[in-house]
Amino acid sequence: MSFNAPHIDYAALSPVLALTVGLCVVLLSAVFKPTRRMAPGLTIVTLAATAGLLIWRWDNPQGLVTGALRIDDLAISISLIAILTAAFAVFLSIREPAAEQAGSGEYHALLLGSVLGMVLLAQAQNLVTFFVAIETLSIPLYILCAANMRREKSLESGLKYLIVGSLGSATLLYGMAFLYGGSGSTDFAGIAAGISQKGVLGDPLVLIGIGMTAVGLAFKTSIAPFHQWTPDVYEGAPTPITGFMAVATKAAAFAVFVRFFDVALAPQASEWQPALAVLAAISIVAGNVGALGQDSLKRLLGYSGIAQAGYILGGLVVASEAGINALVFYLAGYAFMNLAAFAVVVARERETPCGDHIDAVRGLGAERPQLAWPLTISMLGLAGLPATVGFIGKLYLIEALVEGDYTWLAVFIAVGTMISLAYYLRVVAAMWMRPGGEAVATPAIAGASPEADPIDSEAGKRLYLVAPAMLAAAATVLFGVIPQPLVEFAQHAGASLF
Amino acid sequence: MTNSLLWTPLAFGLIGLAVPRRYAGWWATLGTAVTLGIAIALLAGFDSGASGLQDTVDVNWIPGLGVDYSLGVDGLNVFLLLLTAVLWTAGTAFAAFREQRQPHLFFLMMLLGETATLGSFLAQDLLLFVLFFDLMLVPFYFLFGAWGMDREGGPTAAAATLKMIVYTLIGSLLMLVAAIATAIISADGGHLTFSIAELAHHPLAEGSQRWIFWFFAAAFLVKMPAFLLHGWMPDAYRAAPLPALAVFSGVLAKVGAYGFLRVVLPLFPDATIEFQEVILVIALASILYGSVMAFTQTNVRLVAGYSSVAQLGFITAGIFALSADGADGAVLQMVNHGLVVAPLFVIVAILAERSGTEDLREMGGMAMKAPVLAALFLIVTLATLAMPGSANFIGEFYILNGLFDSKIVFAFVAISGVAMSAYYALRLYQRTMHNRRPEGLESREINWRDGIVLVPLVLCILGLALYPQLILKRTDASVQSSVAALGGTRPNREAAEQ
Repeated sequence: MSFNAPHIDYAALSPVLALTVGLCVVLLSAVFKPTRRMAPGLTIVTLAATAGLLIWRWDNPQGLVTGALRIDDLAISISLIAILTAAFAVFLSIREPAAEQAGSGEYHALLLGSVLGMVLLAQAQNLVTFFVAIETLSIPLYILCAANMRREKSLESGLKYLIVGSLGSATLLYGMAFLYGGSGSTDFAGIAAGISQKGVLGDPLVLIGIGMTAVGLAFKTSIAPFHQWTPDVYEGAPTPITGFMAVATKAAAFAVFVRFFDVALAPQASEWQPALAVLAAISIVAGNVGALGQDSLKRLLGYSGIAQAGYILGGLVVASEAGINALVFYLAGYAFMNLAAFAVVVARERETPCGDHIDAVRGLGAERPQLAWPLTISMLGLAGLPATVGFIGKLYLIEALVEGDYTWLAVFIAVGTMISLAYYLRVVAAMWMRPGGEAVATPAIAGASPEADPIDSEAGKRLYLVAPAMLAAAATVLFGVIPQPLVEFAQHAGASLF
Repeated sequence: MTNSLLWTPLAFGLIGLAVPRRYAGWWATLGTAVTLGIAIALLAGFDSGASGLQDTVDVNWIPGLGVDYSLGVDGLNVFLLLLTAVLWTAGTAFAAFREQRQPHLFFLMMLLGETATLGSFLAQDLLLFVLFFDLMLVPFYFLFGAWGMDREGGPTAAAATLKMIVYTLIGSLLMLVAAIATAIISADGGHLTFSIAELAHHPLAEGSQRWIFWFFAAAFLVKMPAFLLHGWMPDAYRAAPLPALAVFSGVLAKVGAYGFLRVVLPLFPDATIEFQEVILVIALASILYGSVMAFTQTNVRLVAGYSSVAQLGFITAGIFALSADGADGAVLQMVNHGLVVAPLFVIVAILAERSGTEDLREMGGMAMKAPVLAALFLIVTLATLAMPGSANFIGEFYILNGLFDSKIVFAFVAISGVAMSAYYALRLYQRTMHNRRPEGLESREINWRDGIVLVPLVLCILGLALYPQLILKRTDASVQSSVAALGGTRPNREAAEQ
């Protein structure tokens, strides 16, 4: 009896392997009581190596592990966004109390574990890898949210995320079971083929399956009305992790969202398109209206992320190549804009006693222009004003939507953007249009944590916080003025599906 | 040439960040003066006989999205460019003579504003136009919000500015959707282009034109502002710093009117004809409402502000007369009004400095010891009320002429606006300059600093009064082709020639 081992393409698997090895090394490094900078350093090396290997595989699509995974430009572009975000999170975590309490090695190993889940998720080709990857992504995040063990809010955030996340996963899994029942396959391509030959019994099963998987993915991407956990979890989690979740989780979940709906469920497009369009519209309204009264910057960014997820979902709704291009482009731009904002929030959290309250950035324009500019650019970009990547991203999405005959959703994006100005510009106004000073003198305003972490009055000048903020803001403006490179990057991603 | 005209202000603004604080204002003024020089050179090389674009620049900017960086000069915009350059030089010089907080940022924003405004006049690509149109808001948001005045018992400068931004962006975001829809419907699956000239060759079906027309019209009418969409104006005008307000009121309002001529008339001819009377009603309502409000306001800024509403109503009426005469008059009147309203705000600033108030009831007798100031103000006043002999008279004459030909009933109502403008202009002059001098008011001649700013502007008014043909001769060919699509001919002249 002979056993034929499947052919393993190590070259194409190399990014995943590199991440796995790096994860183990970082975890083990904690055992040997290393210097303080060892774990972050190794994490950055791992991320850089993975990114390098991913870029090496660019423009060379390939199925892996007997078709369970597929490394193509969509997977690579989304993985690169996740890795970039993780690298930012590593820098923002330097001297982060959460990282020190959880143990630097463990903290960074968990971060890498989550990235591994994202890289796998972006390549998933069947329901099993899909589910395994999404859990690999989520479980480390449940722990990381609760990493700041001395803060009640952080623990609450971790628990909330665990419960809601599990509910989402369960819904997803249930939906997958229905889909398997309806189509007779776990493979995305097989599901598409199975659905096309509609059996009498197949149809209702498939519809329920589509509905439940959509709900499960909506939980993960925080699309309304499945978004209620987002602001609470974002607020309580350690801020570098919030930034990581807001960008990377969303990117990875959207990657599989795209693959699943635009490949596996493509034959049923006319049935799920209107449903997802309605979800997008609800998300745009709920996110933008919810953000209006927020005083906590992290909650504000959380709600803004819900609205932005609604915009991004628009790219999926039209189920066209232009839509996917727009979606990837917007995700990349969204990463830059959000990372700039979170870097500034981290700096101000450590520098002032106001926590992430909006008062923390009061008078920032005069006090710390090196932080005020990145946050200003980020806010203007998220609001979609010209000369930022946010404007081009909206333009791209609206173009795809109008082309796909979803002009009404494009109008929703425009209306949502108007509402969003009220809260984005409120942050800008706090920085430039009000004198600072007195806010710093009154500690523990509502929203600030009473068990606040020690204050580092020089945090606003630290290079490891200022440089990421400046870098992300510079990218926001650069790709707003010269968007063509990023457009081509996104077009590669879209072309790999159609 | 067009490129250097567009980017010179911004380049000076960015370099200005490195100039010592004391000289920041002078450096910025130098930048605007250089821009003015380029604009004059552009006019000198302008071929007045041609109706097509001259000095064009056309580069593929985002090929992936069909957006070109295309600029051009023709009879419609050449004088608006010159007006922009003139007013910005005056406004910047006026600000440079006075102490500004954070001068680097102030002058950077002023110059960014100039580049954005020039860009929206120059753009020949629909999307580039929308981009610059939105970009104009960003510097003025900062200028009004950060350097504006909080009003006692009223909204803060930041709140007033936010209101302005939300109002104007409502229009311009819908315009973004409309612009994209125009291009996509017109391309009909073929080559996607946003070039205004090419889009004009493939007019849309009437049904699409209808809604797209209103999306554009909303953006332009808010910007002007027209009656019912002017809600942002009073608060923003009261908050704004006067040098910025002078250029804002002088130039930015014209971008709306210009947008009708450049975009709406050529691209949506059927809808324009269909909704001609609706827009004319709005225009007349603006004339009547603006005039009546200008009678009753006691704040000097608001008298000027509401008079602008009335004047812009006139310009809109001229455009929507849909005849060459009306449009010729509208273009002339745009320049005239800019040249009148900017010195008016400069005078308001001078008056406010001398009397310590902007309330008409507390002013008076200023002419006593300031004959030069009084004389300059008198010239501006007479131009405002369109005294025969002034270029404003010619402009209004052309507008009414065009209106008589097409819609005689509307023309009769519009004439009342001419009479009312005499009342509010003279009221403003008398209340400030004549009457008894109240306590605490200082009647003082203008100094050479303000003279340098004011006298050239007044000379421009006088120059145009003597030779309005300077504008009419150069604009006529382009205006003819802009209204040609609507069948707008010149019946009176043709009749005369026969």
